[in-house]
Amino acid sequence: MRWTPKTWPEGLRASVPIALPVAAVGMSFGLLAAPLLGALPSIVMSTVVWSGTAQFAALSILTSGGGTALAAGTGLLANTRFLPMGFAIAPSMKGAPLRRFLTGALLADASFVIGHRGGGRFDIRAIAWAAPLQYLPWIGGTVVGVVGADAIGDPTRWGLDVLFPVFYLSLLLPDLFPERFQGGQRRADGPSSHGSSVPQNLRPIIVALLAAAITLCLTPIAPPGVPVVVAAAAALIGLRA
Amino acid sequence: MRTWLLILVLAVGTVLMKTLGPVLAGGRQPPARLTRVIALIAPALISALIVAGTFTHGQQLVIDARAAGLVVGAIALWYRVPAVLAMLLAVIVCALLRLAT
Repeated sequence: MRWTPKTWPEGLRASVPIALPVAAVGMSFGLLAAPLLGALPSIVMSTVVWSGTAQFAALSILTSGGGTALAAGTGLLANTRFLPMGFAIAPSMKGAPLRRFLTGALLADASFVIGHRGGGRFDIRAIAWAAPLQYLPWIGGTVVGVVGADAIGDPTRWGLDVLFPVFYLSLLLPDLFPERFQGGQRRADGPSSHGSSVPQNLRPIIVALLAAAITLCLTPIAPPGVPVVVAAAAALIGLRA
Repeated sequence: MRTWLLILVLAVGTVLMKTLGPVLAGGRQPPARLTRVIALIAPALISALIVAGTFTHGQQLVIDARAAGLVVGAIALWYRVPAVLAMLLAVIVCALLRLAT
């Protein structure tokens, strides 16, 4: 069997469109971080932290004169969305705790989006395979940003950063409008909707709108990353039968 | 030294947050009410990521070239244009607008 994109594992194939923007944002990070942290720490940070949100959040604190502790706290706070993400994918996981730990460590925003199958189910294999084409471009982009940023300039100015929202939207729409976007694996066994006050098929739409509104309202007043994790609380309307 | 400490804390903390759910709750089917909540976490988080990636710059709310790119991308996606093509259209719109302003 030839190793062509058609024979790649699902998650790897699905992550191809974001490899380039990940590299671009990584470059953007390297460009900003190198003068402040030094070349080697910037690259090591991308290698072991592997989270743009946390890295940019910590960097912005340091840039504005904040201390290391505040930078660490802000960076961690920015990543708290991984807690609800982790608990969301947990029921779909198999295997021993160590295996679940290692798979969980591979989680990233785009992987979560790529792996979600609607109705609370996740393709864990797809999540794991979505990692390489984010991890490697992230480190590679950082290195290029650290070493050669002067020559190229900030790549996100070309509009590559808009790729993330559009990519996420392409994977959200089938969840919101399953009738229009026959994705093949729509929620077949969603929870029953007997006597439901809010129709089950409208719930993802309502939750998405609510989450968007929460994010907009909190952005000016909350630290980076906090609006997104609070927005996850929109899912609590699922507590209602 | 402080920089390395920062890197260590961020790395360990991030891994712990990613893995807490998988380690504690992995492989078990939660009660029905919780399942309904979990089913809605994905649309909530993805929608929040879209909004944060389009309409925010640090702590500021902004409407810039990214918003135009997202609208074009959304229209394309709605009419079932393949995702990669919709992303390309969005980048072109975004880049052209940034070039023009």
